[in-house]
Amino acid sequence: MSNQTPALRLEGIVKTFPGVRALDKVSFSVMPGEVHALMGENGAGKSTLMKVLGGIYQPEEGRIIVGEQPVVMTSPLQAKAKGIVFIHQELSLAEELTVAENIYLGELPKKSFGRVDWQQLYAQTDEILGRLKVGFDAKTKVGDLSIANQQMVEIARALTVEAKAVIFDEPTASLTDAEKVVLFDVIEDLKAHGVGIIYISHRMEEIFKITDRISVLRDGHYRGTLTTAETDEDEITQLMIGRKLDLSRNASHHEIGDIALEVRNLSCGKLFRNISFDVRRGEVVGFYGLVGAGRTEIAETLFGLREPSGGEILLDGQPTVIHSPADAIAKGISLVPEDRKGQGLILGMNCRDNMTLPQVSDLKAGPFVAEGAEIAIFDQYRDRLDIRTPGWKQLVGNLSGGNQQKIVIGKWLSMHPNVLIVDEPTRGIDVGSKSEIHNLIRELASQGYAVIVISSEMPEVLHVSDRIVAMFSGKIIRTFTSEEVTEDNLIQAISGITSDKAA
Amino acid sequence: MEPGTLSTFLKRGAIWGFIVLELIFFSVAGEYLSLSDKAFMDLDNMLLLFKQSAPIGIIAIGMTIVMINGNIDLSVGATFALSAVVLLDSMTWPIFAGLGDGVIPIAWGLALMTGMLLGALNGLIVWKTGVDAFIVTLGAMLGYRGLVFMYNGEQPTSHLNWTLVDFAEAQFLGLHTATWFLIAVTAAVWFVMNRTVHGRNAYAIGDNRTAAINAGIRVGPHMMINFMIIGFLASLSAVVFYSESGSVNPNDGELYELWVITAVVLGGTKLTGGAGSVLSTLGGVLAIQLLRKGLGHIGADTETVNLVIGLILIAVLFLDRQLNLKGREELRI
Repeated sequence: MSNQTPALRLEGIVKTFPGVRALDKVSFSVMPGEVHALMGENGAGKSTLMKVLGGIYQPEEGRIIVGEQPVVMTSPLQAKAKGIVFIHQELSLAEELTVAENIYLGELPKKSFGRVDWQQLYAQTDEILGRLKVGFDAKTKVGDLSIANQQMVEIARALTVEAKAVIFDEPTASLTDAEKVVLFDVIEDLKAHGVGIIYISHRMEEIFKITDRISVLRDGHYRGTLTTAETDEDEITQLMIGRKLDLSRNASHHEIGDIALEVRNLSCGKLFRNISFDVRRGEVVGFYGLVGAGRTEIAETLFGLREPSGGEILLDGQPTVIHSPADAIAKGISLVPEDRKGQGLILGMNCRDNMTLPQVSDLKAGPFVAEGAEIAIFDQYRDRLDIRTPGWKQLVGNLSGGNQQKIVIGKWLSMHPNVLIVDEPTRGIDVGSKSEIHNLIRELASQGYAVIVISSEMPEVLHVSDRIVAMFSGKIIRTFTSEEVTEDNLIQAISGITSDKAA
Repeated sequence: MEPGTLSTFLKRGAIWGFIVLELIFFSVAGEYLSLSDKAFMDLDNMLLLFKQSAPIGIIAIGMTIVMINGNIDLSVGATFALSAVVLLDSMTWPIFAGLGDGVIPIAWGLALMTGMLLGALNGLIVWKTGVDAFIVTLGAMLGYRGLVFMYNGEQPTSHLNWTLVDFAEAQFLGLHTATWFLIAVTAAVWFVMNRTVHGRNAYAIGDNRTAAINAGIRVGPHMMINFMIIGFLASLSAVVFYSESGSVNPNDGELYELWVITAVVLGGTKLTGGAGSVLSTLGGVLAIQLLRKGLGHIGADTETVNLVIGLILIAVLFLDRQLNLKGREELRI
């Protein structure tokens, strides 16, 4: 391969955001007819690199070379014109239109007077669909197709241009095993046509099955390229994680109390099945897994946002049914949701009102809200959590991410919950505030709260948790104590390697 | 000064600044264009303006809280007409014949009850079915208007009670009865929205419904209460107006919903919910009434008035958008 010209080459790409060097001199290339995996933890820089490649971000330094020609990518449309095609995890199709219309959206073949040349459109589409060996035709409405077939439509769209490189971003996240086989066939076909393929995935199984080489990013740095046939999971994991983390930090030095929350065989449709675990007072239980593994859905069920289809929830040993968030709050369960701005805060309200929102109906002086009592609560938790804001009148939308998250946490602490669920506690928060939030979570456990932390970041889960529940595809694969957990066995558990293949 | 404070200040004060502009413009223009010798800012003229603002104004206060809550109510005009029919007709019912003027509070009560019930019905449907309030109240607008026509066909419903007329035409401290009602309603609703739990939660629901649910707020009951309040205020508006006029046509109150929404939007309440103020709505109501009166004063006809109000509404919303866009530098994604 070495004497060939790469289909696509990235050289010394640098991209910085305020305070973060997201990509630091990253180089990477893919040969024609090669499947090249791009791996790294969340936040390692994979998405940023792909956004640079797609023209969404402009790099400060470095070059993109397609074939032998250096190009400056300014938009996704331009990238496509250069033969760089993205198959995204989220589909962007018009469900009410036919397959053919979707594939040629914006570039429908035309006859005189701007009329659509339907005959040519369907003929062209059927030709592409034939190449993909799919079981639907050009006139099918996209909304009637399964998710896997919709993904095929996205891929068909990629084939309308002479693609030099195709980037698959977690393409199998929503596919069944049978559908994966079809996808892999398509990738083989593209490969045979001399297209270079960049394959982004966390799933080791797939990586070993279809890729030729593997490049690893960590903390925005390029860490090396391995030949798939000559490596193993341990070597890849080692590259992805780098230095060994200090695991001694996560052991609790205080008394672990009684079981506050127990869940037995909890299921919710296809989202998660037979989930059993418990959380004791004074303990942090971390939930780790890939996006879509069902962690957030479990939290939402415990908080009364979803109705379980089976199983039991026990609070302090008593079986209980949680009807709504209001009910969950009354029973002492609190949720810090993963989307802080979309689900946790009223951005147009001030800090005080956000903090006291769940309990404002209890803070009354006659018919009116007791604003003095509200301010007292705000002051108390501002001091306790070290929330930096000019005052309670400040709109919460004007605070930094870290301080916003502290407002949400303070909101629930002031309700004195028994169980605190924190979903992605530090998403979108700068490094300094991150460690503050981590320390806060540890401190809350030592004060006797039962805490559940859901996170997609391994260092975070390892750092804050006393025990770690590893999930894959809606099931608990294994629960680790802090003594037995290692990065290797954790990554393997959430990649589905130790699981049975029935899923 | 905090960033954004200036634009907030401009937006809050904008409607009052606009009113001052109108006053100056019409006073000056009136000197040259008006057919009468009377000054535009004549005391009696202004007092009358307040009184004439009351029917739309009282409903607009209700619309403000429904819109802050993230909903809308298109059925207020029909509710207004139906309540008027109940008010005037119930005073002639034989069972109340021996009561004399004692029938007045009963008729008022029945009319107000009608509005509140119709509002509750709207709210209940929005709450329980989850259908968008726009659709639900669009249906209600047609349905309630149908009830008005079923009641008395094309005929007007009339009953003049002189005690009521005296009450409605009374002036206290110079202000007419209707004006006092407008002031009282504005004050009461201001307290509800700014000082009570219900008001706080209504803002929260309108701004971010998901976050409100996640804070344990029960969204449905709050929405229903707001629909009951606007229903009540639509019938209160009818009560105040028809106590004096004594006759209601089945078409009365048509397009009121649109005038009300115009006033609310002019006052700066967001169509998407979460932000707005009843005081600014009051400003919006007065601004529209001033515009009508002022254009009349300088000799414009009704058609011109509507054209101008329409243009001003669009201009104001465009300005508002510009002010909102400034100072918000988000990462381009």
